[in-house]
Amino acid sequence: MNIHEYQAKELFRKYGVPVPRGGVAFSPEEARKTAEELGTLPVVVKAQIHAGGRGKGGGVKVAKTLDEAKELAGKILGMTLVTHQTGPDGKLVKKVLVEEGLDIRKELYFSIIPDRASAKIILMASVAGGMDIEEVAHKTPEKIIKVSVDPLLGIQAAHCRQVAYRLGLPDEAAKAAAKMVAALYKLFVEYDCSQVEINPLVLTGTNQVLALDAKINFDDNALYRHKDVPAYRDLDEEDPLEVEASKHNLNYIKMDGNVGNMVNGAGLAMATMDIIKRAGAEPANFLDVGGGANAEMVENGFRIILSDKNVKGILINIFGGILRCDVLASGVVEAAKKVGLNVPVVVRMEGTNVDEGRRILAESGLNLTAAKDLADAAAKVAGIVK
Amino acid sequence: MSIFVNKNTRVLVQGITGKEGQFHTRQCVAYGTNVVAGVTPGKGGQKMDEVPVFNTVFEAVRDTGANCAMIFVPPAFAADAILESVDAGVEVAVAITEGIPVLDMMRVKNYLARAKTRLIGPNCPGIITPGECKVGIMPGVIHKPGGPIGVVSRSGTLTYEVVHQLTRKGIGQTTCIGIGGDPVNGTNFIDCLAAFNADPETRGIVMVGEIGGSAEEDACAYIKANVKKPVVGFIAGVTAPPGRRMGHAGAIISGGSGTAAAKTAAMRAAGVAVCEDLGMFGELCVETFKAVI
Repeated sequence: MNIHEYQAKELFRKYGVPVPRGGVAFSPEEARKTAEELGTLPVVVKAQIHAGGRGKGGGVKVAKTLDEAKELAGKILGMTLVTHQTGPDGKLVKKVLVEEGLDIRKELYFSIIPDRASAKIILMASVAGGMDIEEVAHKTPEKIIKVSVDPLLGIQAAHCRQVAYRLGLPDEAAKAAAKMVAALYKLFVEYDCSQVEINPLVLTGTNQVLALDAKINFDDNALYRHKDVPAYRDLDEEDPLEVEASKHNLNYIKMDGNVGNMVNGAGLAMATMDIIKRAGAEPANFLDVGGGANAEMVENGFRIILSDKNVKGILINIFGGILRCDVLASGVVEAAKKVGLNVPVVVRMEGTNVDEGRRILAESGLNLTAAKDLADAAAKVAGIVK
Repeated sequence: MSIFVNKNTRVLVQGITGKEGQFHTRQCVAYGTNVVAGVTPGKGGQKMDEVPVFNTVFEAVRDTGANCAMIFVPPAFAADAILESVDAGVEVAVAITEGIPVLDMMRVKNYLARAKTRLIGPNCPGIITPGECKVGIMPGVIHKPGGPIGVVSRSGTLTYEVVHQLTRKGIGQTTCIGIGGDPVNGTNFIDCLAAFNADPETRGIVMVGEIGGSAEEDACAYIKANVKKPVVGFIAGVTAPPGRRMGHAGAIISGGSGTAAAKTAAMRAAGVAVCEDLGMFGELCVETFKAVI
């Protein structure tokens, strides 16, 4: 789960990580008021959306007067911000963060991420801040500092010093940075983060170290033990169909194509999307109905696929393992009767209780094309959307 | 032969009295798996069908000689359950549970480095040596005993798909392993490839990967250096958009890495026969394995 910069900075403050003073605003008037309360100029007005590259997209501006802060906030609020991370449609800006301007001497980078292969927690830092870190790592790997922490042992003072001193900070600032690293690690672990990133981390003219930006992602699997985190969720940042699907515990991701598909299991669902593409069509979605799916979940999945108006046909691909084919078949029949099938459907089922499943479908009187295997299913789907 | 589990494997089931645990224990018993014990804290002394239930894994191992654990414990308690079976000294722990927090698994994995237990999963279908022992939730009937092909995969139902196609072509399997779709897992591709490579009855290998991470690339480097047996590979997620988690917690393209294109390229460079059309997977296997089947 992603949160906004201003929310991440709230958590940073809670852990004693220095951030610029500022506040969130939902209107130009509010932005002016926030700037006035800061009592300092210039101020920075920053669009709050769940995507990086906001500055390049025109979503971050410096205001030298209070009236300018109001004016810039007016321009940014309501704009559709397109960055390299938003996709071509961009994202509508509904709130801005108004912060004190700082005298920036150096822009650095710091992040904490889990390393999958080694199962260690990685502290990553660089003197090349404010840039795309993937690019820095690719072009100038010597500028990347990596310190590996054993999650059983936890962070040690030496880990923090490694990061702080290798960033080449002056002594006083290095001490502050080391403290900051320890605090961020604590936050990372206590909140089950999947990423904490500060880009840029800045050194000011007075040798202060602050998080100018803040990004936090949480591990969705661990949300159950963080009751305060779901309050940070911003549904405006998510696709409405995906939000609806998540209410029914369905794994749905909207895509741009016209062949809807419903599959049990994530790997097979991805492979099914690939098959649709290979057959010369484009998948309209990813939908994993999961192993423990019941008739009601299948019905909800059906409803979500059908509410995407681009969908011209549907491929149902179920390999019954935990999920029984007869349960699936009943779900399809129930759903089709309730929502009214208006597109052709190809059904490919295999596995547990497959004969019973096929019988239920055949006797339903619905417009369903049975496929005998995957190759057959792909060919039939291609035929539908031609 | 086979790898990791066989007809002598003695299975205990953690979470045996839950709905999933009961259902799949019965499926495993019906397949012929030697299920010797169940563990549900507070239900020690009861029986699930004919299987004695214990309060702790320690007691189950002590009293029944169980050497393999199948874990159906809910995500919030699953790491604890894995560690319990590790401390009880089981040789193989198979964690079916999906949704374990990543940090829990990172701690477990670092703990495992000092233990003798092999963890398979989590978030996996389990492991089966066809005709001998099924420790997991896969439909047993789709498998064909006797080898000579070993199967290793990050997925569940996608594994069933490829196994089913192998069986329909008359190609049997030595052992099929789902290593799980989570970013941090126990047994990885290389562990399985090394074991298959060393198993004389396994004469060819099927490897099924997906987007996210670099486990497939690492495995391909291993194949190139060590594996002389023919390998057929498949990668799911060619059409997956970057930055989105595709169902599995580990299936995400981030910062341009973990793409299907990079993984299939690594496979080709390692001499793996890459399947591009899943519908024709069986045909490709017949062709690639013709010298060994």
